[in-house]
Amino acid sequence: MSGQSHISVKNLNIWYGKQHALQNINLDIPNKKLTAIIGPSGCGKTTLLKSFNRLLDLQDGFKISGKVLVDGEDIYDPKVEVTHLRKKMGLLSQRPCVLPMSIYENVAYGPRLHGIKDKRVLDEIVERYLQEASLWSEVKDRLHQPASRLSIGQQQRLCLARGLAVEPEVILGDEPTSALDPISAERIEQRFMELKGKYTMVIVTHLLRQAKRLADYIVFIYLGQVIEHGPARELFEKPKDSRTKAYVEGSFIEGYANQYVI
Amino acid sequence: MNTRQIKDTIAHKSMFLICLLVLNLALLIAWGLYRRAQPILATKSLGELLLNSTWHPGSGQFGLDGFILGTIWVTGIAIVIAVPLSILTAVYLAEYAPRKLSHLIKPVIDLLAGISPVIHGVWGVITIVPLVRDYMMPFFTEKLPFLPFSSDNYTGFCALTGGIVLAVMIFPIIISVVCEVLHTVPAEIREASLSLGATKWQTTKLAVLRKVYPGLVAAVILGLSRALGETIAVLMVAGCSLFALPKSFFDPAYPLPALIANTYGEMMSIPLYDSAVLLAAFILLLLTTLFNVAGWGILLRLERSRC
Amino acid sequence: MDKRKTEEYFFKALMLFSTLTVLGSLISILLTIIVKGFPALSWSMLVQTPKGGYYMGKEGGILNAILGSLVLSLGATFIALLISLPLTLYLNIYLKRNSRFAFWVRFVLDVLWGIPSIVYGAFGFTLMIFFGWRASLLAGMVATTLLVLPIMCRSIDEVLKMIPHELQEASLSLGATRLETACKVIFKQALPGVLTAILLALGRGMGDAAAVLFTAGFTDSLPYSLTGPVATLPLAIFYQLGTPFPEVQERGYASALVLTAIVLIISIIARMLSRRFTGDLGD
Repeated sequence: MSGQSHISVKNLNIWYGKQHALQNINLDIPNKKLTAIIGPSGCGKTTLLKSFNRLLDLQDGFKISGKVLVDGEDIYDPKVEVTHLRKKMGLLSQRPCVLPMSIYENVAYGPRLHGIKDKRVLDEIVERYLQEASLWSEVKDRLHQPASRLSIGQQQRLCLARGLAVEPEVILGDEPTSALDPISAERIEQRFMELKGKYTMVIVTHLLRQAKRLADYIVFIYLGQVIEHGPARELFEKPKDSRTKAYVEGSFIEGYANQYVI
Repeated sequence: MNTRQIKDTIAHKSMFLICLLVLNLALLIAWGLYRRAQPILATKSLGELLLNSTWHPGSGQFGLDGFILGTIWVTGIAIVIAVPLSILTAVYLAEYAPRKLSHLIKPVIDLLAGISPVIHGVWGVITIVPLVRDYMMPFFTEKLPFLPFSSDNYTGFCALTGGIVLAVMIFPIIISVVCEVLHTVPAEIREASLSLGATKWQTTKLAVLRKVYPGLVAAVILGLSRALGETIAVLMVAGCSLFALPKSFFDPAYPLPALIANTYGEMMSIPLYDSAVLLAAFILLLLTTLFNVAGWGILLRLERSRC
Repeated sequence: MDKRKTEEYFFKALMLFSTLTVLGSLISILLTIIVKGFPALSWSMLVQTPKGGYYMGKEGGILNAILGSLVLSLGATFIALLISLPLTLYLNIYLKRNSRFAFWVRFVLDVLWGIPSIVYGAFGFTLMIFFGWRASLLAGMVATTLLVLPIMCRSIDEVLKMIPHELQEASLSLGATRLETACKVIFKQALPGVLTAILLALGRGMGDAAAVLFTAGFTDSLPYSLTGPVATLPLAIFYQLGTPFPEVQERGYASALVLTAIVLIISIIARMLSRRFTGDLGD
């Protein structure tokens, strides 16, 4: 199993103040596959995702117990360099968030931080990753304009290019298409399909259909607990837990499901 | 650790130090002033300094009583004038005025709040002094002789003038705090009251103002604190001579800040003089800090209770 | 008409009266300064330093004070900026939202904001005794720095608070350190707001008299050295008005006009900048 899993979560508990946001999570995220975390909103999907690149550290009253292993190394070990870890884990957030600089500088920002100074190398990187995010043809003539002038869909692809440019091993997506129009969303999904084999990808989504279209592996979270996880087909066709069954069939009523929790 | 990490850590530590420094700045100021005020506190009791009205540095008499009275007169007048006017104005701007109008007026008030105190002083000398001397003094002395209006200071440089100028100086702060507090009242409260058939003023009075009552108190306290410390304008218009304790609106008043400002230049030549003046500054610091802590504390609690 | 209606009208009238009084008095200040100052204003006054006997009605101008005020408040604003920027970036990037420490720093800044300028002046005076300085540009700058520091910190802080948290996350998740995020991303985003804060502090520093009364001294010559005394515009106005000579007092009115104009221009630019900044965020 360890040969296949890229991220493994062991007995993870997370609290915000008194709120016990994630309870006893045990999970293996397969290597170079696309994993979708599904579940109703407010159930801890994003929390789980952000625990993978330690962005949760910024939250008020954040407490954690248990382990998150990436490549077999516990990322909450005090000896771990957070910047190093975050470089390894690219994040695509819910709303595209471009940095206040030009399109070119947005992509070059990461590589520059990590020590690449040569202009030609940077040019190459910018072009390569803009192409990989299928944005190059649209922006190649205006690379030095402020990135904020792009449309939301373009901005999200720019964020993807920016994330890829630091050469991560894992791509984390926090409902990456939820702020986009259908066409832009589809383009992002296409990119994901193409990137699947190269990176380990973890996507939070509340869209069941998106999960069905994209995912190889599914994690279903409900009220801070992992109810079920497994290969996509298996989970969608033969869910073991009745709550999972209700959710994937779309007949999920929260009050009703609550009875099972108790 | 690589160099980037090291830089980050160094920045972290030094930023923290800067914060600590600023955090302790108030204490440092208080300590610095207190240390300089100590010589006089060592020779005279506090009661002797605060309750004695004879100020004669040359012969070692440092009674601050007259200045404290002067401060009370001037700020008292300023508060009495400024509070109702400012609160009514703020209520008008926040509740009654058409949006466009209040969006026009509020920046003007804020802008004029930035005008230098010395300009207020100049304005006071040019307009308020003659107004008080030629119109208000004869009028009040004749029509309302039972109030403390009689005085043999006919110059117009007096407590009332100082109070009026100060009132104008603290309009903006009271107005802006009250406006801000009023904006935090949710529209539903007004709607609920109005839909019960209350008039707009009843709604304002019974629902809105009652809800933000502590905020109004905070605004007044902050205004008061500002008035306490104003120096140069008061120095220019309040008369600031100490031939007797102020007993009437038209007597000259000599508040503490003006005393501090006025003694510059001579205070190093007489023993204990500087110490007495810095004691006055220390008292001023304590008073304004007390009021500020109270004012901001109330506003913070209001904010918390909303969350 | 019933009683409620009467009450309504009465208070509405009272509010209108108050608003007009407040506005009227504030505008009256501007008008008085313009009406009294403009006739006395002359070009030669702006470009000359006081000649002998200036304060008794002889030749000269207030260039010493104009330049002195500019140099002093620019210097003070600069020092304040050097403290404010790291402090506010620390509060907003290194500390969490609900940090107790940040709460207390902000509270102390609010309290410092309320300390009267004369107290800063007096404290500056104790510093002068302590370090053995005489009244000088340096001492005046230090006192003015203390005076404008809370204003600057709080206004930059407000700007930084408005920057969406996601921007910080975006930079951090690319592997940037917090320092890099602060300098390269957050600062850049906040720049117009920082400029506003600088201008606000500058305006306040230029206008204040009480803090520099003890510390900066006064001189008829142009600012020449950090350790020499320096003239400031508010004090020049104060002194000119204090003389018994009408022609000197009139020059005082003209100086008041100059100061008002400078301060108003600075704060109008500041307000325009800050409006643009908040407008940008609204996009």
